[in-house]
Amino acid sequence: MQGELPTENIKERNAGTEVKPAQEFKLGALQAVPIMMGYFALSVAYGVLARDAGLSILETVAMSVLVYAGAAQFIAVGMFAAAMSPWAIIATTFLVNLRHLLMSTSLAPYFQRLRLSTLALLGTGITDETFALNSAELAKKRYHYFFTYGTNLASYSAWCTGSLVGAVCGSAIPGLDKLPLDFALPAMFISLLVMQLTDRLLIITAVLAGTLSLLFAMLLEGNWNIILATVLAATIAAGWEKWRKNSG
Amino acid sequence: MAEKLWVIFAMAVVTYIPRMLPLVVLANTKIPEGFIRWLRFIPVAVLAALLSPQLLLQNSTLSVSVHNSYLLAAVPCFLVAWWTKNLFITVTAGLVAVVFCQFLLS
Repeated sequence: MQGELPTENIKERNAGTEVKPAQEFKLGALQAVPIMMGYFALSVAYGVLARDAGLSILETVAMSVLVYAGAAQFIAVGMFAAAMSPWAIIATTFLVNLRHLLMSTSLAPYFQRLRLSTLALLGTGITDETFALNSAELAKKRYHYFFTYGTNLASYSAWCTGSLVGAVCGSAIPGLDKLPLDFALPAMFISLLVMQLTDRLLIITAVLAGTLSLLFAMLLEGNWNIILATVLAATIAAGWEKWRKNSG
Repeated sequence: MAEKLWVIFAMAVVTYIPRMLPLVVLANTKIPEGFIRWLRFIPVAVLAALLSPQLLLQNSTLSVSVHNSYLLAAVPCFLVAWWTKNLFITVTAGLVAVVFCQFLLS
């Protein structure tokens, strides 16, 4: 069963006696190529937008290097342009990025027995996309946390490089933002989602979460839809599973 | 100028905390079994929750029409994902499909 967490196996996997860390790192970086394409396209757009909004090249790139969170950066640029208060910008960023809490929690059981500094470093790279890739990989038998370092570093480099290119070259590259390269991200989500739909309850969970997310996105401001839909769908699915087990 | 950099720095701090804290706190704690069973549904739920607005919303309104190139391209993308179960082939097929759809719509 893919869904259960075989804790003992994970410990063995993380002990890394058979898996070579360098190889896993390379594998992780390679798997992240779709993320890199999507991130590059989006971050160039971000760079251009940020400069238009009056941020300096330093500020534009610093935000990508330090904050490294797509949606929040686009929102913050808009708020900077509207000269909103620093506290409003910081609070919005916090709320928009709160969804990573769920992803980090979901990854935690797989990373037992790792040093605190390692965990803190692994945490820097959690984004929607790297989480998606890692959660699919963690479900497999063979896994080493250097895979996560690989995906994280590759994705992060693409995001920062794209931001710099966008900030410096700006609108000098016509058509670059016209290419629908950002579709690499939904395409990747589709692939990773399909891979993880291994039983009927998971399929129901996905349909439920997708529908709820859509509904909340239309009804609520901000991106609360992701957290709310995820928590609701997972709770309903887990509750249903427990009820089924108890009643027969 | 300097103020913006401070705001960016504060943004970095409030972004990093939710990313790091559960990993650091929970990875070395005994997690209750019920919670683990709940966590099993999180990846699939997050993916679906992220994906559906990307495909079905345009400017915060529902867009189920042939003019939505992302939605159109998602159909062959899903089929390829189902058949191949391969990330690279699926993403490549998706990109080809979206370019093709946008070409048809333009």
